[in-house]
Amino acid sequence: MKQNHKNDQAGNRDDSLKDPIIRIHNVHFQRGDKVILDDVSIEIERGSIVAIMGPSGVGKTTILRLISGQLQPSKGSIEVNGKQISTLSRRELYECRKDIGVLLQNGALFTDLTVFENVATPLREHTRLAEEEISERVLAKLDSVGLAGTEDLMPDSLSGGMARRVALARAVILNPKIVLFDEPMTGLDPIAMSTVGRLIRETNDALGLTSVIVTHNVAEMKKLVDYCFILASAKLIAEGSPQALMHNDDPAVDQFMNGRVEGPISFKYQNAVASATASLS
Amino acid sequence: MHWTQRSKLLAPIAETGQCGIFLVRMVGSIRLERELLMSTLQQTYLIGARSLVIIMICGFFVGMVLSLQSINALQQFGASDQVSLLVGKSLFRELGPVLTALLFAGRAGTSIAAEIGLMKATSQIEAMQLMAIDPVRRIALPRFLAGLISLPLLTAMFNAFAILGAVMFSIGVMGLDPGIFWSKLHTGIYFIKDFMGGVWKSIVFGGLVSLIAVYFGYQAKPTGEGVGTATTRTVVMSSVLVLIFDFIMTSFLI
Repeated sequence: MKQNHKNDQAGNRDDSLKDPIIRIHNVHFQRGDKVILDDVSIEIERGSIVAIMGPSGVGKTTILRLISGQLQPSKGSIEVNGKQISTLSRRELYECRKDIGVLLQNGALFTDLTVFENVATPLREHTRLAEEEISERVLAKLDSVGLAGTEDLMPDSLSGGMARRVALARAVILNPKIVLFDEPMTGLDPIAMSTVGRLIRETNDALGLTSVIVTHNVAEMKKLVDYCFILASAKLIAEGSPQALMHNDDPAVDQFMNGRVEGPISFKYQNAVASATASLS
Repeated sequence: MHWTQRSKLLAPIAETGQCGIFLVRMVGSIRLERELLMSTLQQTYLIGARSLVIIMICGFFVGMVLSLQSINALQQFGASDQVSLLVGKSLFRELGPVLTALLFAGRAGTSIAAEIGLMKATSQIEAMQLMAIDPVRRIALPRFLAGLISLPLLTAMFNAFAILGAVMFSIGVMGLDPGIFWSKLHTGIYFIKDFMGGVWKSIVFGGLVSLIAVYFGYQAKPTGEGVGTATTRTVVMSSVLVLIFDFIMTSFLI
């Protein structure tokens, strides 16, 4: 993991990481006239847990969608696992996504299937395993997230934390190389939050994954992640280990990490748009 | 702005085209595997078998009212023994397929559109795409096939119960001779022209209603309001198109 935690922007970073699995290079993304991401470069080291943080609406989820190939950047390139995501055909993209597990906000479990069938879906779709083998793997995975015995329940009878854990089991059932988490802690009680956090760490280390977490929950991230990227006003404003970022001098970083109202990041819509536009010119 | 959104005139044409592309994508994704068979069977149960009761009740009363009206009109010419012929012809050719399709649009079409729309609103469709599973094949196709299978079968049930209603009313209440009733029905209804004409219609209507339902569900905006709009449009569009297609098909079949 890169130890230099000053606010360094893209340019001299290519030689800094030994083995990046995700390489976002000078990416620019806009929707209509609104600039969502402006010249953002992020490299994510294989095997690490990385957080992409920033105030709501800053384009964090957009980065996940760019990595999974749901969106295309207007400029710049995204390399995942050695492949340029934006140049792939639909079939190649689907092939590539088998190496990427995704946990969406609230889990997005299939409400018409049982917990067992939810976790088994990727196996049934992408492998030709026998039924006993599928059953064995699914039950082992459910056990590893502490949910043995829930396989016959329907998703609507699960609590928020349990649903999130089932979704985690489903996201990693194919042993992907990368798992993307979209706000995995939102709406959970503190105990469920810590449980999910610990599971993310355990699964990441046990399976040798790379985890990318999009969140605005500073407190949980301090405990969980190895490295953070902070976005504000469409730009990457800082990166580094959570401890280093807590003591960062940059006023915007300080404002976000410590949750201050006053600071360069405006909570008013017009100011936010103006500052994003100003940063462009 | 996209060119299709500029013109109110072109929008329906563009929508029809997109619906056609959706159909091609759906049919193109058919793979003969156990998974598809099982999910189609399950959907046939959910949207077909669960619609049975309403279809049977409606069929029964349509049969009764048809024979009531027919006997009333035919009596003036002393031809009330022709009632089974009139009821049978109008049922098999027109009322059976059309009324069942309209009921099916209200009962099953709305539930398909709302279910898919809700899956979209709760990002289940997105989750599926991210798992490299084609939601068109996994979600839309089984529901479309189930509609295609269910509607002809439901039409048959509708017709059967309508005939039962007609029998109960004209024989049981009006005291018509059962022998004449059945023999007129037997000799006057032609298999190809009357019976199969209705079967072709119900197959086309089944495809039409379920295509509209899955398409609008799939295109729904992922919000509560979007799901509501999708269900309303499903009922309105499928009812209108069923009646338009009914006229077109009748003019070719007759």
